[in-house]
Amino acid sequence: MNQTIWLTLILFSPAVAAAVIALLPRENKALARWAAFAASLIPLALTLLVWFAFDAAPVAEAGYKFVERRVWYAAIGSAYHLGVDGLSLTMVLLTTLLTPLAILASFSVEEKVNAYMALFLFLETGMLGVFLSLDLLLFFVFWEIGLVPMYFLINQWGSEKGERELWGGMKVSARTYASFKFMIYTMAGSLGLLLAIQLLGVVNQTFDLPSIVAQWNSLSNSDTLLGGWASVGAVKTWAFWAFVIAFAIKVPVWPFHTWLPDAHTEAPTAGSMILAGVLLKLGAYGFLRFVLPLYPEQSNQYAGVLAGLATMAIIFGAFAAYGQKDFKRLVAYSSVNHMGFVVLGIAAAARAAGTLDANVALNGAVLQMFNHGLSAAGMFFLVGVIYERLHTRDLDAYGGFFPKVPVYGGILIFTSMASLGLPGLNGFISEFLVVRGSWPIFTFWTALSMLGLLFTGAYILKGIAKTLHGPENHEAAHHLTEINTRELWVIAPLMALMLWLGVLPGWLLGVINNAMQALFG
Amino acid sequence: MQANTLAILPEISLAVLAALLILIDLRLKPERKALLPGITAAGLLAVLALTLAFARPGAAPESIWGGMLRHDTAAFVFRLIFLFGAAVTCLFTIGWKQVERRGEFFVLLVLSTLGMTLMAAAGDLIMLFLAIETASIPLYVMAGFMTADEKSTESGFKYLLFGALTSSVMVYGFSLLYGFAGTTDLYALAAAVASGDLPPLGLLGALVLVLAGFGFKVAVVPFHFWAPDVYEGAPTPVTAFLSTASKSAGFAVVVRFLLAVFPAAVLPQIIGVAALMSVLSMTLGNSAALAQRNIKRLLAYSSIAHAGYILMGVAAASLLGAASVVYYLAVYLVTNLAAFGVVIIYFNVVGSDEIKDYAGLSRRHPGLAFALLVALLSLAGVPPLGGFFAKILVFAAAVEAGLIWLAVAGVLNAILGLYYYLMVLKVVYLDRGPDEDKPLPVRRAHMAALVVCLLLVLALGTVLGPMYDWSNLAAGGLF
Amino acid sequence: MQFLQFLQEWPLLSIVTFLPGVAGLLILLIPATRRDTTHKAALAAGGTVFAVSLLVYLAFQPGGPRYQFEEYFAWLPQLGISYHVAVDGITAPLVLLTGIVMFTGVIISQRIEERPREFFAFLFILATGVFGVFVSLDMFALFYFYEIAVFPMYLLISIWGWKQTREYAAMKLTLYLFIGSVISLVGGLAMYFASGLGTFDMLALEGANFSPQFQILWFPFVFIGFAVLGGMFPFHNWSPDGHVAAPTAVSMFHAGVLMKLGAFAALRVGIMLLPEGAKFHLPWIIFLTLVNVVYGAYIAMVQTDFKYVIGFSSVSHMGLVVMGFASLTPDGYIGAGVQMVSHGIMTALFFAVVGMIYDQAHTREIAKLGGMAQKMPFVAFAFTIGGLVSMGMPGLSGFIAEFPIFMGVWQSDKPWIAIVAAISIVITAAYIMRLMRRVFYGEFPAEFEGHVHDVSRSEKVALGLLAFVLILIGIFPGVMVPMVESGVEHIFVLLGGL
Repeated sequence: MNQTIWLTLILFSPAVAAAVIALLPRENKALARWAAFAASLIPLALTLLVWFAFDAAPVAEAGYKFVERRVWYAAIGSAYHLGVDGLSLTMVLLTTLLTPLAILASFSVEEKVNAYMALFLFLETGMLGVFLSLDLLLFFVFWEIGLVPMYFLINQWGSEKGERELWGGMKVSARTYASFKFMIYTMAGSLGLLLAIQLLGVVNQTFDLPSIVAQWNSLSNSDTLLGGWASVGAVKTWAFWAFVIAFAIKVPVWPFHTWLPDAHTEAPTAGSMILAGVLLKLGAYGFLRFVLPLYPEQSNQYAGVLAGLATMAIIFGAFAAYGQKDFKRLVAYSSVNHMGFVVLGIAAAARAAGTLDANVALNGAVLQMFNHGLSAAGMFFLVGVIYERLHTRDLDAYGGFFPKVPVYGGILIFTSMASLGLPGLNGFISEFLVVRGSWPIFTFWTALSMLGLLFTGAYILKGIAKTLHGPENHEAAHHLTEINTRELWVIAPLMALMLWLGVLPGWLLGVINNAMQALFG
Repeated sequence: MQANTLAILPEISLAVLAALLILIDLRLKPERKALLPGITAAGLLAVLALTLAFARPGAAPESIWGGMLRHDTAAFVFRLIFLFGAAVTCLFTIGWKQVERRGEFFVLLVLSTLGMTLMAAAGDLIMLFLAIETASIPLYVMAGFMTADEKSTESGFKYLLFGALTSSVMVYGFSLLYGFAGTTDLYALAAAVASGDLPPLGLLGALVLVLAGFGFKVAVVPFHFWAPDVYEGAPTPVTAFLSTASKSAGFAVVVRFLLAVFPAAVLPQIIGVAALMSVLSMTLGNSAALAQRNIKRLLAYSSIAHAGYILMGVAAASLLGAASVVYYLAVYLVTNLAAFGVVIIYFNVVGSDEIKDYAGLSRRHPGLAFALLVALLSLAGVPPLGGFFAKILVFAAAVEAGLIWLAVAGVLNAILGLYYYLMVLKVVYLDRGPDEDKPLPVRRAHMAALVVCLLLVLALGTVLGPMYDWSNLAAGGLF
Repeated sequence: MQFLQFLQEWPLLSIVTFLPGVAGLLILLIPATRRDTTHKAALAAGGTVFAVSLLVYLAFQPGGPRYQFEEYFAWLPQLGISYHVAVDGITAPLVLLTGIVMFTGVIISQRIEERPREFFAFLFILATGVFGVFVSLDMFALFYFYEIAVFPMYLLISIWGWKQTREYAAMKLTLYLFIGSVISLVGGLAMYFASGLGTFDMLALEGANFSPQFQILWFPFVFIGFAVLGGMFPFHNWSPDGHVAAPTAVSMFHAGVLMKLGAFAALRVGIMLLPEGAKFHLPWIIFLTLVNVVYGAYIAMVQTDFKYVIGFSSVSHMGLVVMGFASLTPDGYIGAGVQMVSHGIMTALFFAVVGMIYDQAHTREIAKLGGMAQKMPFVAFAFTIGGLVSMGMPGLSGFIAEFPIFMGVWQSDKPWIAIVAAISIVITAAYIMRLMRRVFYGEFPAEFEGHVHDVSRSEKVALGLLAFVLILIGIFPGVMVPMVESGVEHIFVLLGGL
């Protein structure tokens, strides 16, 4: 097989850059910032190269291109196996696109800049690894590794205010609480995943994803496994739920979402951008890449549950967002709401795999992943812009800012509309596709989720109204300054993409559709 | 005839040495009498050299002097052990005020050694009794040698009383044996026992009486009551001699008697008796040692415990068992001499045997502390010291004989032992003493003796071959 | 490569085994007034030993013969005792581990002020014992070195340890370990006689064909006797006390290497010589290891003393090693083999960090510490790496080690144990993160201002070396796993395939 090294380069260039930046002199903050920004452009450039070469590249195995396979942990049948298809490539593009923007957005970080930038780039490697791995063990490695930098980003550079009381009356700072909760939640969720991956490895004697998909599905449900302890059906069901729970926490699906508002709120701005923009997609990606192909029967059987949970996420997410007084929390809950649509689409596909409706829903779900990545990152960034100036996120302390900062106001309205799903902007296309695809499959849940959509409009408008309109809050407005050039450079590419995808989604949908056809067609 | 004379060359030369010492003592000017210990030690080492050179037994054991003596490797090895022990003891008496200038003390020491060498070689009940008494009577005197010291006097007297009592019991046992078998020759007795014509119960009774006598010499439970008081009261060099050479002599007789004369095949109860005594000795000795505050008493109880370990080899009643006994005794001799050497040196300077007064020793004289460390660790059975291999051998013998429970009991006791040895080392290394800065002079002779003992301890734990071969040959010669 | 092959002819194992002991005795001869010389000599000896152990590791060929660097000397042929040493795929990494921990331990001990000569002498004698056990192929020699390794611990802890508990802890530790070893010894002697071969050579004893009854009777003695040193529940009690009371380098050595000694000896003498007994007993022993793993982690979580947390974490992690053995599957053994090295290095790193902090802050109360990362960022970084290894974070050696152990347990006859044991991962994450947060981040207490400084360069080198190994194994398992795998293959020849 012809090995290429493009994916390896994409994957590890941020990690290498991280190591270099960690060693740069600490006094020179500007150097660290620009070096990090420059370094983050490398994977973006490489990704674009791969993107444009993608159609022409030969399919190496099982629908994957640019495949690499090297010896890694031979003793237990795991290899360094990378590859991309349309789904992962879309996600890789999202990641490499958002990271430079997030780094640009973090130029305002003043403390321990080297460490911050290094962690950020390291985080990028972790996320890319998840999308690129074609080996379950390798996938898990990157899945977990991403937690560490995120933990430190929240813990060390998160918002400095706020306290939380723990049991026993002990008080800890909010960022400590949030980072701890994030870590423990996700790790606990991963535990089942870890065990299930071990189980799969034990049963299949390999961790290679394409081989497992082939072998695993050819097992008869009545066979016994684990020395006669359980039947294949039972093992598959356990493993299915283990995977689902791990991914559901990450997405997050209601009721596993409680870590999210804390983590998003306390994270530094760029951290929230990446959290909402990419990390949440890891869960959804997990559903598409692993759960559906590995457990088609179980997915079919339990798709209804998933759809129900997704609808709950949509509705409760919207309600909760509406009820927030904290701007950042509002945006955080909106993620729950939006990701609900992704899961709804996936659930629909799980129930009716192979049908046209399912394909429409899937296309919508993947596109929604990408779109939400753009809009959530944008929203968090915009919240961060205000927060940096006013040092408060309390919506009641805002008000009437539009006259003072018209450019910012315009951007906020634009981004909010994209998030809301205004036709002509990207959110509309993907949500429409999801709803269109799901309707015939889960009519009741889809109808219910439309209700949620209504509240989406409510909370977004509330956010805009409380910030930009109404009587001017003089004290706050006094500190407020217009968005600066660097910040414009962060948001401009996002806005351009939102508009572009809203008007001409074909270039992306084509890639996604091919992948979905190959995977589930 | 020539060979027979050579076989008792050690005894002859010891007798000559004793006579010479009397003469030298008479001729020596009072101010030069401090040379006596050195002269005696030199004499004993000369006898040792003679023995090594000329008194080696042949491959096959032989009975000589009308069956009175046995000329075999067992006797040979034990002789070397006694002679070495006696020589080192002499060196340690240097500087011991009440003793070092008294010629009669050294004469007694040599005579006692003579008795011991005969014990190891005795092939006849009469000879055996005479040898035991020859060895014991000088020891009674030596134990009470410091007449100005109440404890020493008490010690000598107590030793005498216990000794006399158990001797009489033992001799009664001898007479019974003679009555059953009609012979005093040990190996004729063995043949009679092996024939199975003798009443087993009667034999057992006689044996128990005899064992009382032997048990006294080696200080095993329940014949151990004298040991702590005597050890504490006697001049420390005498204690060293008692606990090493004298004990070895007792065991020389025990192995010969129990293994050669009363093989377990005939009297299986013997194994039970020996094993029981072994367990009791180990356990009692070790548990009593835990509570001691005086180093001599502690070593006394530890010596009771070690008698128990050695009995384990006896109880195994096998070639390996007998070999392990010999090896153990050799190790025990050098180790315990080293330990007592440190005690003597320290007492000479500090004037106390209390363990708590050893505080700060490691700062005051690291070398001496290290010597004590090595000696005690060897007693505890820690490699690379001799005590480790010796213990392994007796445990192995017990396991080989199927006495697993005995081996386990021994193992548990080894831990008890480790505990109190460590407690002493803790005081030496950890606790701070008031006199840490004062010098602690050590005589060259003492240091030399100590170093030799320690090197032997190390050698017996690392170069296992030579001594093991000897032990094995000695064990083979018994039968 | 040529050079490395050439090395196979050298008596490297004897050198690495006896060099520390000889160096230790020579250090005793340095005049007490020349402390500087003492420290430098110790450093030189430690460095040399590390270099030799590294050579052994690098020159070992996983595809080659089962035992390499073999040396033989008939010690006491009358009883079949020999000095027979060699390394296989499992022991070669352990030799390297010992070299690393010894070297870094000596570096960290450069601060020792009280009687450094004796300290290094005892530490080095201990190292000789440890190397000896790992390389011995003769059961007698194994016991011999084993006891040499156990003993110096008493003095090291009681003289240089933490004043408040050192006497108690040292005695407890010594007695526990001594009991364990002598009980194993009885079993070893039983094997010697039952085999009828008249040899202590374990290669010969492997083929002794002990009867199943014999194996079933004796396996628990031998295995549990050694496993005491491996910290197996319910005989683990000595370990946290001992680790806490010991001086830094000794804690590193003890938790890092000595506990592996117990696990390794239990494997070498217990499982490999009595395979039928192992198959009979390990299925229930795995429950004990489960308690180790989960309960150890739980107890670690509720400690308030920094060093106790680490002490109990060792109990938990060593439980995984024995669990790997008890799974009786090749994956489990591979994992256990790697875990021995991974945990050894990780815990050495932990104890080194604890020592550095305690030296400066004079307290180990977690509640009183804080903000150390401001003063010693590199230490914080190294501790973070260690902590992540402890949590089994992928990309680091702990994951490489623990993953196959769990896989092994899945393949054993009680797969559900893997699920229960996995709880410990979350508990571990909880206490490690609590430590990191409370000790290294957060508020820097004002009272430490002025007397808490960054550590010296050489100490950073030590920490860096330890952290480097953890990362290296994590990213490239190929540097160690194939070696361990080759050793495990042979074990399963003895265990009858499976």
